[in-house]
Amino acid sequence: MAAMAVALRGLGGRFRWRTQAVAGGVRVAARGAAAGQRDYDLLVIGGGSGGLACAKEAAQLGRKVAVVDYVEPSPRGTRWGLGGTCVNVGCIPKKLMHQAALLGGLIRDAPHYGWEVAQPVPHDWRKMAEAVQNHVKSLNWGHRVQLQDRKVKYFNIKASFVDEHTVCGVAKGGKEILLSADHIIIATGGRPRYPTHIEGALEYGITSDDIFWLKESPGKTLVVGASYVALECAGFLTGIGLDTTVMIRSIPLRGFDQQMSSMVIEHMESHGTQFLRGCAPSRVRRLPDGHLQVTWEDCTTGKEDTGTFDTVLWAIGRVPDTRSLNLEKAGVDTSPDTQKILVDSREGTSVPHIYAIGDVVEGRPELTPTAIMAGRLLVQRLFGGSSDLMDYDNVPTTVFTPLEYGCVGLSEEEAVARHGQEHVEVYHAHYKPLEFTVAGRDASQCYVKMVCLREPPQLVLGLHFLGPNAGEVTQGFALGIKCGASYAQVMRTVGIHPTCSEEVVKLRISKRSGLDPTVTGCG
Amino acid sequence: MHNVLTRFDFVLIKHSQNTFYSFIKQLNSNFENKCFYFRNFHFVNFVSICFNTQNKIDLNKKNKTIFCKHKSLHNYKYSICNNSYRNSDYIAKMSSEKNVKKHCEHVNLRGENCSVCNNVMESKESKLENGLSNMHSYDYDYIVIGGGPGGMASAKEAAANGAKVLLLDFVKPSNQGTKWGLGGTCVNVGCVPKKLMHYAGHMGSLFKLDSESYGWECEKIQHDWDKLINTVQSHIHSLNFSYTVGLRSSKVKYINGLAKLKNMNTVSYYLKGDKTKEVDVSGKYILIATGCRPNIPEDVEGAKELSITSDDIFSLKKVPGKTLIVGASYVALECAGFLNSLGYDVSVAVRSIVLRGFDQQCANKVKTYMIEQGILFLDGILPKKLTKENNGQIKVLFSNGNSELYDTVLYATGRKGDTQGLNLQTLNITVDKNSNKIITDKYSSTNISNIFAVGDVAFNCPELAPVCIKAGEILARRLFKKSNEIMDYTYIPTAIYTPIEYGSCGYSEEKAYDTFGKENVEIFLQEFNNLEISAVHRKKHKKAQKDEFDIDIGSTCLSKLICLKNEDNVVIGFHYVGPNAGEVTQGMALALKLKVKKSDFDNCIGIHPTDAESFMNLSITLSSGLSFSAKGGCGGGKCG
Repeated sequence: MAAMAVALRGLGGRFRWRTQAVAGGVRVAARGAAAGQRDYDLLVIGGGSGGLACAKEAAQLGRKVAVVDYVEPSPRGTRWGLGGTCVNVGCIPKKLMHQAALLGGLIRDAPHYGWEVAQPVPHDWRKMAEAVQNHVKSLNWGHRVQLQDRKVKYFNIKASFVDEHTVCGVAKGGKEILLSADHIIIATGGRPRYPTHIEGALEYGITSDDIFWLKESPGKTLVVGASYVALECAGFLTGIGLDTTVMIRSIPLRGFDQQMSSMVIEHMESHGTQFLRGCAPSRVRRLPDGHLQVTWEDCTTGKEDTGTFDTVLWAIGRVPDTRSLNLEKAGVDTSPDTQKILVDSREGTSVPHIYAIGDVVEGRPELTPTAIMAGRLLVQRLFGGSSDLMDYDNVPTTVFTPLEYGCVGLSEEEAVARHGQEHVEVYHAHYKPLEFTVAGRDASQCYVKMVCLREPPQLVLGLHFLGPNAGEVTQGFALGIKCGASYAQVMRTVGIHPTCSEEVVKLRISKRSGLDPTVTGCG
Repeated sequence: MHNVLTRFDFVLIKHSQNTFYSFIKQLNSNFENKCFYFRNFHFVNFVSICFNTQNKIDLNKKNKTIFCKHKSLHNYKYSICNNSYRNSDYIAKMSSEKNVKKHCEHVNLRGENCSVCNNVMESKESKLENGLSNMHSYDYDYIVIGGGPGGMASAKEAAANGAKVLLLDFVKPSNQGTKWGLGGTCVNVGCVPKKLMHYAGHMGSLFKLDSESYGWECEKIQHDWDKLINTVQSHIHSLNFSYTVGLRSSKVKYINGLAKLKNMNTVSYYLKGDKTKEVDVSGKYILIATGCRPNIPEDVEGAKELSITSDDIFSLKKVPGKTLIVGASYVALECAGFLNSLGYDVSVAVRSIVLRGFDQQCANKVKTYMIEQGILFLDGILPKKLTKENNGQIKVLFSNGNSELYDTVLYATGRKGDTQGLNLQTLNITVDKNSNKIITDKYSSTNISNIFAVGDVAFNCPELAPVCIKAGEILARRLFKKSNEIMDYTYIPTAIYTPIEYGSCGYSEEKAYDTFGKENVEIFLQEFNNLEISAVHRKKHKKAQKDEFDIDIGSTCLSKLICLKNEDNVVIGFHYVGPNAGEVTQGMALALKLKVKKSDFDNCIGIHPTDAESFMNLSITLSSGLSFSAKGGCGGGKCG
């Protein structure tokens, strides 16, 4: 899932790279085969977005490349094909289910626009799931074909290190195969975390690994967690008409701008999602009628409460998929806290020719496009004579909650922490999308704010946009901010009328002025 | 006229024109007509009036600055309170100043009608220069003709900077008798209603083409034209009302009157268009912002009488039915698009190319998708004659000799400046003969230095609401705020709301070749499928299917960057065909203004999965001759 475990805006310093001191030339002991005699120039472990990008890029540069990929079934038994989290259990299916939910909203708005629809229109999970799953399968197939086209050897095997140049793969039937390579990239990504200390969590709960592959509707659902995964899932489940509750122990969307985060929640509440704030589940039991009974504790009062649900979905974070890799055999260091792989700014691990990219790496944003770019730059450095490093500053992202939240750069809190309240100017506006107005939709949370330095020309530090099509809106501004846009330059940009994104170039009211930031009229 | 004063009282009056004028009258009689100056300060609820006897004081348009600046209080020891609401606490402040002899009887700033502050101040020094301008010899500082986005924005900005402003607006009914309220084309017969109708059409496409696969069964839905018109019109009415209120609260005097120029400082208007009620008003500066109106060619018999235009379609009482659109402008294609999506049979008669002036590869992609959705394009064919049948239908005789019956014929063959009746010829204001538009310089000035034109009525100016708003505001700031900012017409983004939208900014491929030479231009591009549409295999309209296997639509999206090779691939053109084009293009326009390079696009990380991210991944050049169709199906991005 195009994820974001930590907020990643930052003019340096947000990402922790541990540079490993390696005594060059000493490490020759355990090489399985001498250079030049190894099977591949590059072996990529993990066929997700990052891994595939590396493999294809290296093949493009004329190298002999292999990709190994194996999907360990989820505790519920869900498995999928080539392409990793994003394609199978992340961005793609979630955006499609989000679209299904948005359509539900349009159907409710339809009468205002003259469409006669017999309300309410029931939603058919099976049909949606079939379309989504078929699309994902076609993408799996597409990835296979692309690897073939580029002459990348693909193995559907579960890999583990034998030594620092050799990997042993076990195929489905138990057949083993040894692969050796000069360079190895680890891109195995992450998997959802189960709260195994909670009774019944593993037996009865599902995760984002399963939700998109359910054949039947999940029914009344409890989503546990405050991550964007939790909110996105709860959002589309609500949107397609399911009774959905989110249980949050502390703050939602940690690492994101907190004003925006709370508005995301506000909107979801008004949209029908129920929230249990400050609560933590203590056990899950299956009732004789098949329902799940969840017991939770109110963290402030200590009081216990219970509820019954058809589905319990854990979205409390993700863990790197490093356990079965036998990293110690190769000598690759991981963080003792997170088990994620430690790399330097060149994506190098503690072993000189072994690299790691994507969600499996410590301190990196869990986002598909960053993994892809990091992978491609890495391969260009390895085989293309380049020295360009990945720049992790100003990485934009969007949370596809019912009202989408797009952001790039610093949150308001972070800007203030870094530059001081006195040096930060925040421009903001409550706007009303034209399509909302006539449908009588509540636009209380349609909001945009731009965080700038106060000193002219007021460099833009961050942009936060809550509203329809936030991803599409944010992308271009992310480019502008990357080019060093100032507030003055944003104001000189002519708007496109009538859009939501034009609100960004019309931001006149600063928070400091205390004036009402509500946009009135149109134009 | 007095231009000297030592003693000045000032009066604060709660805003109300009538109370104000009667009060002035009263004061003038009390003070033997010594009330020589008053000024209506905008954005504020108060008005100040000054009386004089001896010393000079600068009361020209600069006076606001003098009075407002705290510094001046010290310089001149005593000063007139300044006039803005926000600064009204200066009165209180000043009263505590040592040297000010103050007899503040009653300061009731929020008082009901008027509160008089007999604030007698003696000025020992008379440093205040005589600058009493001839401003007061005009009724208004600024007269704006035309209440569209440009006119209103300029009027409000001028008022906010202290000018006394009059705005005249009058809508001449269309050939079919359609009229509308304050706000101009954009709100009444342009952007706003068309986006709403586009949105309604878009909804219909989603319901009919995509919704079943997404688990919603609503394919057999019907559309009610009247209901849509109702929704759209009531929204427009609410906007008309909000503009009236907006002008009032900005202290712009609004008169519903049909204006013409009498001389360079006088405008006369017919109140509510009534030719018997002609009123003259004078102004120091005059702005013409009357916009454009659709043009129906003279040489097509029956066209003027029987056809409608974009002036009429958004409030059309009868269901449009089978419709012929004449023209290939974006207005034509947008109207054709939403009518088709709402379920009407639509044909478009195009003389030569579609979307002239836009990137033709993109234009043709838009057209292709429209054809796939069942719109019939009659290429190279135009109506010659329109006649009304007994059943109310219109019989159209085409240039190729064929004839066909339609319920509605809509002309969208271009727009001409709404300058007739303004009496421009008397003042010798230069007008382009073809377009009836006014020629202006970079300062938005006509050949008469105090008469300006912004917006669609200005020749060679993009016909876009946000452009004229900006130009109008910048002009007002130059006239009344001593700004020297000039409107920058480069890299203005725009979006076309056809069934598949098109957003662009900067040079088209053709214009780039013309301007810089083909050898200096590099074009990066990619065609791909929008994720949400391709996942559910959106189908072609039956009419567009060649056979039973020809069912899936072609790729929905095209992303294209035009770069200058020998300038490090600086991006001079941005083009995007696909859903949400306006939203995608806006931020990119900022980047183009910042002289973004292709490498900046490459280094910017995409937001996955969106369509906009496609621009961060463009690697194929047009000159390479390689296929620019994206493989894979995760929208604009790559999942590996």
